[in-house]
Amino acid sequence: MPYDPENPMKDRITDIGPQHYEQFFPPVIKKNYGKWLYHEIIEPGVLMHKSETGDECYTVRVGGARLMSINLLREACEIADKHCDGYLRWTTRNCVEFMVDDKSKLQPLMDDLKERKFPGGSYKFPIGGTGAGVTNIVHTQGWVHCHTPAIDASGVVKSVMDVLFEHFGSMKLPAKCRIALACCLNMCGAVHCSDIAILGIHRKPPLIEHDLIGKICEIPLAVAACPTGAIAPAKHEDKKTVSVKSERCMFCGNCYTMCPAMPLMDAEGDGIAILVGGKISNRITAPKFSKLVIPYLPSEPPRWPTVVNTVKKILDVYASDARKYERVGEWIERISWEKFFEKTEIPFTEKSIDDYRLAYDTYRTSTQFKYTTGI
Amino acid sequence: MPLTPEELDKIAKEVAEEKGEKELKYDKLRYFTDEELKNYTDEDLKKFKIKHDISMIEELEKGPWTSFISDIKREALHRSKLPEDKMMISKEVCEDLLGQLELSYHDKETHWKHGGIVGVFGYGGGVIGRYSDVPDKFPGVAHFHTIRVNQPASKFYTTDYLRTICDLWEYRGSGLTNMHGSTGDIVFLGTTTEQLEPIFYDLTHDLTQDLGGSGSNLRTPSCCIGKARCEYAMIDTQDMCYEMTMHYQDELHRPAFPYKFKFKFSGCPNDCVAAIARSDMAYIGTWKDDIRIDQEAVKAYVGGELKRNAGDMAGRDWGPFDIKAEVIDLCPSQCMSWDGNKLTIDNKECVRCMHCINTMPRALRVGTDTGCSILFGSKAPILEGAQLSLLTIPFMYAERPYDNLKDLADKVFEWWPEEGKNRERLGELIQRQGLRVFLEKIGVRAIPQMVKEPRSNPYIFWKEEDVPGGWKRTIADYRKKHAR
Ligand code: SF4
Ligand code: SF4
Ligand code: SF4
Ligand code: SF4
Repeated sequence: MPYDPENPMKDRITDIGPQHYEQFFPPVIKKNYGKWLYHEIIEPGVLMHKSETGDECYTVRVGGARLMSINLLREACEIADKHCDGYLRWTTRNCVEFMVDDKSKLQPLMDDLKERKFPGGSYKFPIGGTGAGVTNIVHTQGWVHCHTPAIDASGVVKSVMDVLFEHFGSMKLPAKCRIALACCLNMCGAVHCSDIAILGIHRKPPLIEHDLIGKICEIPLAVAACPTGAIAPAKHEDKKTVSVKSERCMFCGNCYTMCPAMPLMDAEGDGIAILVGGKISNRITAPKFSKLVIPYLPSEPPRWPTVVNTVKKILDVYASDARKYERVGEWIERISWEKFFEKTEIPFTEKSIDDYRLAYDTYRTSTQFKYTTGI
Repeated sequence: MPLTPEELDKIAKEVAEEKGEKELKYDKLRYFTDEELKNYTDEDLKKFKIKHDISMIEELEKGPWTSFISDIKREALHRSKLPEDKMMISKEVCEDLLGQLELSYHDKETHWKHGGIVGVFGYGGGVIGRYSDVPDKFPGVAHFHTIRVNQPASKFYTTDYLRTICDLWEYRGSGLTNMHGSTGDIVFLGTTTEQLEPIFYDLTHDLTQDLGGSGSNLRTPSCCIGKARCEYAMIDTQDMCYEMTMHYQDELHRPAFPYKFKFKFSGCPNDCVAAIARSDMAYIGTWKDDIRIDQEAVKAYVGGELKRNAGDMAGRDWGPFDIKAEVIDLCPSQCMSWDGNKLTIDNKECVRCMHCINTMPRALRVGTDTGCSILFGSKAPILEGAQLSLLTIPFMYAERPYDNLKDLADKVFEWWPEEGKNRERLGELIQRQGLRVFLEKIGVRAIPQMVKEPRSNPYIFWKEEDVPGGWKRTIADYRKKHAR
């Protein structure tokens, strides 16, 4: 029975959750569940997992744009049907993985993937994203689909990945480098623990639509939304509204999230901040936050050259200066932040000094420092 | 004991029976014929121009990285040739999306309005309303709502499932998705309000597939690939993720929390799903006993027969493997030694950081007495600043039916909704009221593993019962001993 608009609650099914995952495992995965012995990356983008049963699973990882059309999904299905008995999977970082159970099936699969290009020349399924390189940039929605972004997401990612493409398909870095992008401070794709984070920021305080705010927002909620107490109830031509103390605003956008009559975005005000040195893994050192090293770069569609060059520069300096196994943050902690700024030629400004909550914990309270040019 | 393949298969079959999950066959559920799906040639694609000028975003078709613009354009071409009666929303939705995006590229500002409240009956989450602020120019995307579909744990698919999803979404939506959204859901990008109920009906009836979470509720839980294809996994991440998702369906669909709440499951401290940074309650696999050592394989690494780090640094010549510099000296607890012949690990000093195992995966294996660490409270900066999860339960066994994990989550769900302010994440409530209060509420005793270091200030909130005689005393008694 198809859906009956006259009777929407008829035969309603709810609270059934997702499909059970196990039926989607390819046979080699099903059979060797929990039995894997070790793995090896046999070339960039290709993993071999060995089971204690002797079975092998070969995986080819390809980059995806996160935004994918049905046509592209169908094409991925076609590849999976042709080479992988009709199974495929996605990784947490928006890569697609095609798995085969025999080495002889690997080359035809890879040849097929490499041949597929869009008319503009880009690879539909670029192979890579393993090991000590740059894997896919996790990102958010940007101008394609969100109401609060300071910048686009997909376009910036495409521009950065084009330039770092070589590192997606190779493993020449001292350790893996995880790049992430969020197009506003909400960071719905949390970027706060990435080796390099690209973050869209606003720099103009919210506008206030006095005629509308009383009707579409709850004034006390808008006031409470502000973490710095910059918003106060006010009157405008006898109508209830709010006022914003601009000098207290830190441009977080929380007021706009709560109240559509307080938009922040502005072509001139909006731009990009760069944070570096975060990580998730517990390997060697504890997980850490990314730290803000560049407070603002201009938003330059369609190709964001300043951002692209800056990210490339940071990555290049890291690649040539870090020791093996060192993630970006570990490298910086070894050489010191002052040396990081010197080596990357990024000017340090007072904007990189924390002045939010618990800021004092980030100030240096020792006589240990390194000399850099200028002192 | 961890699940065997046979046990897992049995569980899957029982679940399928209980839920009435049918084996999915695309051919029985398809909306389009093969001819309709293959309705353009390579030549058509090269020549194809959409109805708007999009010369700025067409710059993003150049370069090697997969181009989302080329991808959307192709979908637009495909839609332009599909029969009208086989698309329930505008034929031109992809073209108008590109047109609006081009406008944003010129204006350097988004053209989406603040979301509206839309959804399916009985659910408070899973659908996010979205409207264009230039609907006259781009009518195809005037309404462009997002639907979150709860992904199967660790995102394996059969092509039968995916193709069914594809047909459904091309028929009732824009034909554009996010694979996947940040939290893990399959995201359907763009449809109209009228299509929401039919989509939900088809998803639940044909695909036995439910929506994910959005708003102030439990968000769709997610997990790493775990034992399905990773030798490091120490917990059944998929099974835990599935069980917790099913157990908390009400919390997932009907918002009753102060703000969002996320569960994430990683099989080991490498933490591939970023549980420690991105979830209110993080489950990370770990072990209690000894790292298993194969001394012969250690020698093979030292001798250069095996590649360091599973071959993942092979793109550069890092010189011969130096076990002392690369493993022994980098061990954060300095608990390893190598005498040229034998590797020794002082396991009781090991903090299980995974470094030595990652570096020599064929020589070292995680222990066999396994469970998980449970950490609480991480979040992105909004509002009080970013937080990482705090280690609260150093070790807990995680075995079906996971009653211990559910009990713990239940206690959190009793306290946080009661005490949390609007839009206050669990981590912020813990910050505001203190870890001490949190421990009291979940009934866990304080241990040194929970802190980096003890406090350096002496401002303790002593309780009356801590002090002999309590706090009841009078100034008169005091003055009897001490003249003013
Ligand atoms: S990061 Fe901000 S602007 Fe970007 S998609 Fe998320 S909420 Fe929207
Ligand atoms: S942007 Fe943030 S700091 Fe500024 S007024 Fe709005 S809520 Fe307050
Ligand atoms: S978190 Fe650990 S167990 Fe899970 S996939 Fe990553 S390395 Fe494997
Ligand atoms: S897991 Fe980490 S702490 Fe433990 S022995 Fe290996 S390197 Fe040392």
